[in-house]
Amino acid sequence: MSSSDEHAHSARHPHLAEHFETIQQQDYAARLGMWLFLGTEVLLFAGLFLGYTVYRHFYHATWHACSQALSLSLGATNTVILISSSLTVALAYWAVKVGKRNLALGLLAFTILCAIAFLCIKYVEYSHKFHVGELPGKWFRAEELMQYPAANMYFTIYFLATGLHAFHVIVGMSVLLWVAKGIWKGRYTPDYFVPVELGALYWHLVDLVWIFLFPLLYLI
Amino acid sequence: MTQQSQPSADSPAVYPAVNYLNADRGVKSWLLTLDHKRIGIMYFASVLVMFLVGGIFAMAVRLELLTPGPTIMGANTYNRMFTLHGIVMIFLFMIPAIPGVFGNFCMPLMLGAKDVAFPRLNLLSLYLYWTGAILAISAIIFGGIDTGWTFYPPYSTTTPMTAFPALVGIFILGFSSIVTGLNFIVTIHTLRAPGMTWMRMQLFVWAIYATSIIQVLATPVIGLTVMLAGIEKVAGFGLFDSAKGGDPVLFQHFFWFYSHPAVYIMVLPSMGVVSDAIAAVARKNVFGYQMIAYSSLGIAFVGFFAWGHHMFVSGQSPFDNGAFAVISMFVGVFTAIKVFNWVGTLYRGAIAINAMFVYICGFLFFVVFGGMTGIAVATISLDIHWHDTYFVVAHFHFIMVGAVIMGFLIAIHYWFPKMFGRMYHEGWAMVSASFIVLGFIATFIPQFLVGNAGMPRRYYMYPERFQAMNVASTAGSSLLAFGFIIIAIYLIYALVRGEIAGDNPWKSMGVEWQTTSPPDKHNFAKPVVITKDPHSYQKPGEEVEHVVI
Repeated sequence: MSSSDEHAHSARHPHLAEHFETIQQQDYAARLGMWLFLGTEVLLFAGLFLGYTVYRHFYHATWHACSQALSLSLGATNTVILISSSLTVALAYWAVKVGKRNLALGLLAFTILCAIAFLCIKYVEYSHKFHVGELPGKWFRAEELMQYPAANMYFTIYFLATGLHAFHVIVGMSVLLWVAKGIWKGRYTPDYFVPVELGALYWHLVDLVWIFLFPLLYLI
Repeated sequence: MTQQSQPSADSPAVYPAVNYLNADRGVKSWLLTLDHKRIGIMYFASVLVMFLVGGIFAMAVRLELLTPGPTIMGANTYNRMFTLHGIVMIFLFMIPAIPGVFGNFCMPLMLGAKDVAFPRLNLLSLYLYWTGAILAISAIIFGGIDTGWTFYPPYSTTTPMTAFPALVGIFILGFSSIVTGLNFIVTIHTLRAPGMTWMRMQLFVWAIYATSIIQVLATPVIGLTVMLAGIEKVAGFGLFDSAKGGDPVLFQHFFWFYSHPAVYIMVLPSMGVVSDAIAAVARKNVFGYQMIAYSSLGIAFVGFFAWGHHMFVSGQSPFDNGAFAVISMFVGVFTAIKVFNWVGTLYRGAIAINAMFVYICGFLFFVVFGGMTGIAVATISLDIHWHDTYFVVAHFHFIMVGAVIMGFLIAIHYWFPKMFGRMYHEGWAMVSASFIVLGFIATFIPQFLVGNAGMPRRYYMYPERFQAMNVASTAGSSLLAFGFIIIAIYLIYALVRGEIAGDNPWKSMGVEWQTTSPPDKHNFAKPVVITKDPHSYQKPGEEVEHVVI
């Protein structure tokens, strides 16, 4: 890799890989790659959304009754938390771009705290579900919902969708930690901030998935 | 690096002293390489091993079906054999074969690029492939898997056998496939050399582009599907279990939403290989370049909306069946556009009669015959008769396997001198090519007939009256295996002792041939500027020079 630096490109950007000609080209590649990756994420969740739609159509009354069993206040709190974290991550990106390093770190720290708060609230919700037996498939034992056909299926979808989403929250949090470390070490500056942008994009996706999950599972 | 000879040079062939194969030495320099060419070579070795494994399973199945009763194995072993044959050949051989090997090796060269956009991700995709392969094959050790490659519930979630490692393996292979596709799309968008406009890209690049789109968009769905099937098997969530209110047909929709487009992940790169090689073999510019390029995208697009034709007897509504049938037939339209243009390319070309040409003829035969039977099985009333019979088995072996194997073999013969700088023995190549094409026909024509007569697929035993056809099919498969053994021998010989090929033995106009063979570690000695249209064979004798300072 480093052997190519002898090509006498003295003005070569320090973060430019050898197989790219310009930093713009490299940035474009990174962004395009990220957007494609986000597309695959959407399709990954799409299957679960389809499953939700199909079973909602099959068992309409069950879906209605079971969504009442979820805690609207906890779900709404989590929604507010995630939307705020999306705002702060976007502001952190802006702060890196204009060179406000400490502000960026503070905003990212707040974002990561939001992620942790989200997971804690999710834990409270999950442990309640475990307690009353509102669980998927063969584990389902919530007596007051037994009268509805296939109530277990609602919780199958609920746990699969929110579980997959929670996994993405954890991944997104790790990505943001890694980005924060880069800012801390002075790696990302107004000269080179694309990785921050990509991390923020990923976090927005995590947020966006929840923005669809919340009304589908809690509200309707 | 010195660029020793240009394609115009008729001087004795020169083997470049320093090239990507010997620039760095040692196992580590291979396992940690970021060079797309070396990753391509490692894919090459890996998919060949997988092809051998899948081929052994196939021969086991064919031998078992030699007689109506038990022949060489028990019924359970037979079920595992055809399942593993399917899984290995589809997920471990055909899907990664041409993109992984030749997409990696040739596509950046064809763009005039130094590497793919994300070299580390490229290496990651290879490691994911190895991990997935080990997991999928480890299913044998953990007690085997007998669900067929389609994993339909409720059987796959209730079978006593352990489907789980194979499902995890396929999940990981899906990641490998996504990473490769994503990398290729970004490469094609961002790393085209100056002057390389979209309409100057070689048709192989177009085919890889269309393939990558399918890989990126469809593969996440199979990832989710096998994940759900695995959870279902282990934890009993009941998502596809009708006893718990689940819908097994939903699994089929999920599965085929990926697995039908996956057919085009397999066959489109092969069509790309043929588009490139046919121009070199016929020494003629590709007829209808834009039509072939756009029809690749057309197949990729339409392929996403055809999956329901696998489920005509699964309880879809007649309207859905009709819609899926019509959309499926559109694939035939786009394929026909390609076939007519390939034939138009051959017309009045200065055709070289060599092994590649034999495979091209075989390819055209399999695509047309397999494609026509595809239109037939997309016709609902006929499909109800043929569904799950050997007719369908023969159909997809023709269109999918036949086309992919032909394309893969054309690619091997066309780019072998590019990869290794050495030439194989043309005479033996012709002999084995004839064996393979004839062997393939002899294997699967009897299966069409026996399927039409009513023999179901995946059955361990069959009535006496089907035996003659099964013996013919097994005999054909032996011929096929024999052809592959000859190829293995002469290619290994060529690798060690083969004549030095020179930079451009085919006098091809492809950009990948404008550098040394084997190429330098950094691909081109000089910055590449593209000044001509692709496959510019219009003026015989004129040598096109792509590489200028």
